[in-house]
Amino acid sequence: MKKLIVIGAGMATGRALEHLFEADPDAYEVTLFNAEPRGNYNRIMLTPVLSGEKTYEEIVTHDAAWYESHGVTCRFGEKIAAVDRDRKVVVTEGGEELAYDKLLFGTGSNPFIIPMPGHDLDGVIAYRDLDDTNRMIDAGGAPGSKAVVIGGGLLGLEAAAGLRMRGMDVTVVHIMGHLMDRQLDEAAGYLLRKALVDRGINICCSANSKQILGEDGHVRALELADGTELPCSLLVMAVGIRPSVALGQASGLAVGKGIHVDDQMVTSDPDVLAVGECVEHNGAIFGLVAPLYDQAKVVAATLLDQEAVFTPKEVSTKLKVTGCDLFSAGDFAEGEGREDIVFRDPARGVYKRLVLENDRVIGAVMYGDTADGGWFHGLIKDGSDVSDMRDTLIFGPSFQGGAQMDPLQAVAALPPEAEICGCNGVCKGQIVTAIAGGAQDLGAVRAQTKASGSCGTCTGLVEQVLAVTLGDDFVIPAAQPICGCTDFTHEDVRLLIKTKELKSQPAVWQELGWKSPDGCHVCRPALNFYLLADWPLEYKDDLQSRFINERKHANIQKDGTFSVMPRMWGGITNPQELRAIADAADKYNVPTVKVTGGQRIDLLGVKSEDLPAIWADLNKAGMVSGHAYSKGLRTVKTCVGTDHCRFGTQDSTGLGIKLEKALWGSWTPHKVKLGVSGCPRNCAEATCKDVGVICVDSGYEVSVGGAAGMDLKETQPLAKAVTEQEAIDMTIAFVQLYRENAKYLDRPYKWIAKVGLDWVRDRVVADLEGRQGLIDRFAISQSVYQKDPWAEHIAERAEVYHPLANLTLEAAE
Amino acid sequence: MTQWIDIGPITAIPVRGARVIKTAQGCVAVFRTTKDEIFAVDDRCPHKGGPLSEGIVHGASVTCPLHNWVFDLATGMAKGADQGQIGTYPLRVEGGRMLLDVTYLAKKDAA
Repeated sequence: MKKLIVIGAGMATGRALEHLFEADPDAYEVTLFNAEPRGNYNRIMLTPVLSGEKTYEEIVTHDAAWYESHGVTCRFGEKIAAVDRDRKVVVTEGGEELAYDKLLFGTGSNPFIIPMPGHDLDGVIAYRDLDDTNRMIDAGGAPGSKAVVIGGGLLGLEAAAGLRMRGMDVTVVHIMGHLMDRQLDEAAGYLLRKALVDRGINICCSANSKQILGEDGHVRALELADGTELPCSLLVMAVGIRPSVALGQASGLAVGKGIHVDDQMVTSDPDVLAVGECVEHNGAIFGLVAPLYDQAKVVAATLLDQEAVFTPKEVSTKLKVTGCDLFSAGDFAEGEGREDIVFRDPARGVYKRLVLENDRVIGAVMYGDTADGGWFHGLIKDGSDVSDMRDTLIFGPSFQGGAQMDPLQAVAALPPEAEICGCNGVCKGQIVTAIAGGAQDLGAVRAQTKASGSCGTCTGLVEQVLAVTLGDDFVIPAAQPICGCTDFTHEDVRLLIKTKELKSQPAVWQELGWKSPDGCHVCRPALNFYLLADWPLEYKDDLQSRFINERKHANIQKDGTFSVMPRMWGGITNPQELRAIADAADKYNVPTVKVTGGQRIDLLGVKSEDLPAIWADLNKAGMVSGHAYSKGLRTVKTCVGTDHCRFGTQDSTGLGIKLEKALWGSWTPHKVKLGVSGCPRNCAEATCKDVGVICVDSGYEVSVGGAAGMDLKETQPLAKAVTEQEAIDMTIAFVQLYRENAKYLDRPYKWIAKVGLDWVRDRVVADLEGRQGLIDRFAISQSVYQKDPWAEHIAERAEVYHPLANLTLEAAE
Repeated sequence: MTQWIDIGPITAIPVRGARVIKTAQGCVAVFRTTKDEIFAVDDRCPHKGGPLSEGIVHGASVTCPLHNWVFDLATGMAKGADQGQIGTYPLRVEGGRMLLDVTYLAKKDAA
């Protein structure tokens, strides 16, 4: 077997090895060196790690088992000191020599550090690898700590957003007049700036950094040229990267900005290849991941003496900051003979701009609504003549040809080279090939092509490609079966439970031909909910079909401990309750006491076996479970209302308490959160809840379908209530309608999107008799299910919280 | 040599549920299925250490409560796309009482 030595375990070499082993697992014996003391991870996902949305383990792309199964010798944490190309050996830092037949450089790039005074102080870091990320996470730990990020490009803004999510006070300093000036025009830059300022990030544009000030060797502040001092304990420099070429240069390879490679990714030495951010190809260097993955394919082919050519493509950019929708591709500078088409909708915060030259799109910038980004990107890459559709071009593919086009037709019209997944550089053709090769659903396509496997924003597109390719063979995701145990959808099962009067899980399994003896972890919780919602008096709730959080009435944490949260009606508490909570925290050594976003107090880190006792203590003080773990009513958030606020109208706090007392304990398809605000200033943030009530002088504005979780959704107005009772009635009727109809794990906004708000309004607002029927059925359910699970479990099930036996002595023998 | 220890009546475990036994080598989870089969396995998912005893039991399998890895309780092998195995221990029922062979626990210690 020939010997391949790879220097650098980054995303490009990782992908190259994958392609290599896929094509011929036995061609090379591979030794992989990496300066970082770890293997390959998905570097573009460091931002979610920084913000806390993902852990490092979740972004590892190749683990020890992968390397082992492919026979890769890993030398992580070791650097290569020299390459002797004449003798075809590499020399490690420790002086060891290893021979190669082929050598692959994947040394990546180094972050550029501006050599201004103070750049070597403690607390000044770049944003490049996991160690940098961890240092930033550590710095975010101290409350009120301040950070400055130099650089308002992609990387700098992602760092700033992540640090902000860690609770730091963050200021971005950018030398140009607007953010992301290389990807955005001024108008889009302005919108982006506004969005970031709204989330509490300070932005200084046209700001020149002069020096970094320190104290006892640690950064204290950044001084700008105009004398402004920005205090900080962490300074992140994210001003760009430079190909890491030192080793290549020392090895005598041809090097410019990067290591020179030809179309086959071969350097000036035929036995030495290079890939990734360290290379220079036809004068260009590369920082985004899509071209790197293209290069990786070519490298693998070249190593196997197959033909392949690297052709750089137009790349597009997306900002990976949750909630900032931004897309940019091509060239959008102004110039002779260039024309602009601009669309603005300030109220929605939407801005789109296309740059045309000779009837061809050469640049596109979109902010706020980027759904058509891929299509425009395709037009740019293909150089399509757009003169025929110029009038409606800005409205995207759906509006071409006068009438609104079926989105599936738009996908069908995409050429095979159209990029579907930007993160992994997967185009439509590859997905179609995978489908032809047997991948019949999203999971299989993801496994084979990696499309939609990283940030996931293209999941819908991938499904559409599946639908277009498979035609009638592809069941649209809405009609996917609940799980592998059945061919029925959630909707079918709900319907059949009602029409066939199926009142137990075994009845469902039997009558509907379940393929497994007793379901699985996916269908059982759903069935359990459907049955208890439809037959509250007849069905017996099955704890063993509930996820651990609901079975043990506490949230499981990553270390297996639990959190305990007592209910505080409408967010109101008193000294006696606070004392009881404090006493419980002391008595059970609760490591963390946290005020939640829903205005309740969470005791985190309680051992399973202590749960019954801590509950008993809280019960004694008059407190019941807050259901913070349940697919049920979580909290009703309130402002202070007329009692204290000079703007408040109506007794909004009182209404919040009434709603919580009416709805608590009910089980729902997903969690349900409410908010009641005393005036349109909306201090209770009622407009991003499942049901929000805004009190106004003339009554109550009830709105529904908001969310502030995976998706951000503003509520839509349901109706205006004149009396408080009417507001309560509409809320209860809405919740019951949701309980009776929605698919398990659909929040109300998802369910409303399926049935339509008008359909909901007809039943909850217009049809008074129907509304009363919903309220009555809810009351029947509450007669069974509105009870404190803590009290119930202390009385009936305390023993299951304890070990069955303790054999520590026997096993010690 | 086997050494059977009485760990309690089978009724102490809910159907499609589990209870934990503490041992010097870590926790062992004892599962009871719909068909009243019982299994003893390590109470630790090899993925991220999730407590398997808190998972949903279906057929002769359990789903880890943290990230939904599924294990065959009889063999200890992970099912589906995941790779991994948990330790399994001999267990039998006699007169409604569950007996666990603790010699295997000692062997695990030596391993």
